[in-house]
Amino acid sequence: MNATNAFAPTGTRRSLLAPLQSQEATLAIFLALLVTGLAVATPAFLEAQNLRDVLVNASFPAIAAIGMTMVIVSAEIDISIGSILAVVAVLTGNLALTGMPIPLVFLIGLLAGTLLGALNGALVAYARIPSIIVTLGALSFWRGLVIYLTQGAWIYNMPEAFHFAQRSWLGVPIPVWMMIVLIALAGLFMRYSPLGRQFYAVGGNRQAAMLAGIPIKRRVFLVFTLNGFFAAIAALIYASRFSVVQSNAGLGFEFQVITAVVVGGTSIMGGTGTIWGSFLGALLLAVIGTGMTFLKVSPYWLQTVQGSLILLAVVLDVVRRRQVLVR
Amino acid sequence: MPEPIIELRNISKAFPGVQALSDVSFDVFPGEVHALVGENGAGKSTLIKIIAGVYQPDAGTIHFDHQPVQIMNPRHAREMGIAAIYQESSLYNELSVAENIFMGRHPRSSRLGTVDWEAMYREAEAVLNRLGIQMDVRAKVGGLSTANRQRVEMAKALSQQAKVLIMDEPTASLTQHDVEALFSAVRFLREHGVGIIYISHRLEEVFKLADRVTVLRDGHLVDTRPVKEATQSQLVSMMVGRTLDTLFPKEETVVGPPILRVRNLRRRGLVNDVSFEVRRGEIVGLAGLVGAGRSELAQVLFGIYPAESGTIEIEGKPVVIREPRQALAMGLAYVPEDRQRQGLILPMTVRDNISLAILETLTRLGFVSDRDEDRIAQAYVERLQIRTPSLQQLAMNLSGGNQQKIVVSKWLASKPRILILDEPTRGIDVGAKAEIHRLMSQLAQQGLGIVMISSELPEILGMSDRILVMRKNTIVGEYLRGQVTQEQIIAAAMGLDQQIMHGANTLERH
Repeated sequence: MNATNAFAPTGTRRSLLAPLQSQEATLAIFLALLVTGLAVATPAFLEAQNLRDVLVNASFPAIAAIGMTMVIVSAEIDISIGSILAVVAVLTGNLALTGMPIPLVFLIGLLAGTLLGALNGALVAYARIPSIIVTLGALSFWRGLVIYLTQGAWIYNMPEAFHFAQRSWLGVPIPVWMMIVLIALAGLFMRYSPLGRQFYAVGGNRQAAMLAGIPIKRRVFLVFTLNGFFAAIAALIYASRFSVVQSNAGLGFEFQVITAVVVGGTSIMGGTGTIWGSFLGALLLAVIGTGMTFLKVSPYWLQTVQGSLILLAVVLDVVRRRQVLVR
Repeated sequence: MPEPIIELRNISKAFPGVQALSDVSFDVFPGEVHALVGENGAGKSTLIKIIAGVYQPDAGTIHFDHQPVQIMNPRHAREMGIAAIYQESSLYNELSVAENIFMGRHPRSSRLGTVDWEAMYREAEAVLNRLGIQMDVRAKVGGLSTANRQRVEMAKALSQQAKVLIMDEPTASLTQHDVEALFSAVRFLREHGVGIIYISHRLEEVFKLADRVTVLRDGHLVDTRPVKEATQSQLVSMMVGRTLDTLFPKEETVVGPPILRVRNLRRRGLVNDVSFEVRRGEIVGLAGLVGAGRSELAQVLFGIYPAESGTIEIEGKPVVIREPRQALAMGLAYVPEDRQRQGLILPMTVRDNISLAILETLTRLGFVSDRDEDRIAQAYVERLQIRTPSLQQLAMNLSGGNQQKIVVSKWLASKPRILILDEPTRGIDVGAKAEIHRLMSQLAQQGLGIVMISSELPEILGMSDRILVMRKNTIVGEYLRGQVTQEQIIAAAMGLDQQIMHGANTLERH
């Protein structure tokens, strides 16, 4: 059962083989089987345009899952990112309408998301309020504010430059490029940087981490701030993907992202998990979502499937921990 | 002659790696205070937990009220009439005094079966009055002083018609005045036929209160005798009779100039006016009873609970330590007592645990160098003979001794000048223990200053160049290697008169 964690923050030659035994590997195989099954059932699934859609659909949850992985690895939780996404999407959409230069709009959007993440982080790390409470409050607060300020109105007619997510490079949509680059960088960061390693330590045993000289509060603050930053990137893709931004943008987004992370093998108890696993988790959810459409299953079932997946993943995690204890 | 209310015959109990009790017999008569004394780890707690139904004995029989019994669990013990007051309170802070006294047995109104509050308050007052205690029975327990909480526990025991009452270190956190009040309550219960088992590190209390005293040592019964026929020095001799038969390979070192100098260190509730120094190449043993403030001293030094006043000098330079990071940067390392809770990141690999405190120094261009990390971890695995299939093994999969070596490796990797080890060999096997001792000697020879906290007197005497004894959060004795006996250390740790102890030494030699 230790093999499950072998791909985690270890990083040596052995890690080339380790994925074969990990939850990530199980997930990758399951994903491959699912895609094969869908391709056989409805050959249209494999058409380039559909695969592009699947990947674009996976891109923004996958990018948000980077930050969420860091949060959960550190044994914290953030359920407010759906509302952070809404704030950033609505803010940037409206700013784009004012004629402000688009790069500046995006910069402000990123700053806003980072700031909201930092606010969560400050309340958790320095005011010592449990993260579930802080982010539950933030979830409700920011959502309420967005709905009040927009009065539920849609935002549309943004300038062409705003819609970067609709463009492609070398036939691959920009959001997919962003996902690939960010997942790769974040994966390296978590495995090889001192900070990434410290996140695992903070989540694995906070007291031991503190004794090893790791400044716990600053690290907790940092993971929430990073989480806000990645949620903001996800928000930019989300906002620019279609021609309108709705005030209910990102409703339930936190749930989708947490599911991706937990299904990807990150322990909800903290201390273990990989960016790569969360990426596969996000991919799986996108494939299931699109696959259900292809198989003409009511989209209302999607939430039920997500719920089953998250429960299954947590049960597996608990069973694994118990096996370790029994030994 | 009355019969014992409870009688334990030939009780044995083992835990993984340790025989906690071997063939111990113990009994209590109604209306008797029977004191139970012994060093840390002598088996007192295990014995009372067997009586209270927390543990089941591996062998031996228990008779209660002349009947052979098996005490299945704490609830069963309570129903039989065995009440226990532990050091940790078993009261509910958010409930009133009366509710606590009648927890699980609230008086009910005859018609509806609802709780009869008036009757409960009335009866609670009556019980407290019998103990000679005035208290607001409607007050929440959470707001009471320690002494009053204990009185509530005693009232609870009395109201349960307890026949046996276990009191585990009841005076540990009481003032002198409260101790007197507690004693009168204990005497009241004794007069009413309750058999009382009284555990205390304070021998003067044993002589004041108890009728008989039983001494345990290393899980064995040394003797049970009437208090009238015992002296303090006899009891101390019986408690420490262990010999220095274990091999402690402390090698001679050249002790250099002071490397750590602490003056008037203070932190309320943890450390009270502590001054001492540690020299290069020296191992300083820190002895004392559990709760004497030894770990607390280490934690204040290391910045976990920063000092409120006092000075710390390292190699002659005054330093300020507000958090562990700073302590680490100053060359201090602290190997904590509880390696699973404080020392290791269990879901991390052996290698990642070893490198945890030195990640910054292993970082090249923003990334931790795999090669350097492997090299350092491999070096410590070899040097400390950590038995692990690979550097990538998770720490949780190794044995206690190997886990302890990983924790030690982590701190050695930080290249400390001063190493504080808190119970470094507790709960690990003999082989690993010897290896840790050998390592400590080597490190001292290399010029480190070492502070070793240990509850094992032979270890303290065998490994230390100098021994400091702590009691009530301050240092109460200092002895050089070879110039002190186990009895003298115990006496200092318990606050006994040194004069009396002189008698103990002579007694031991006869």
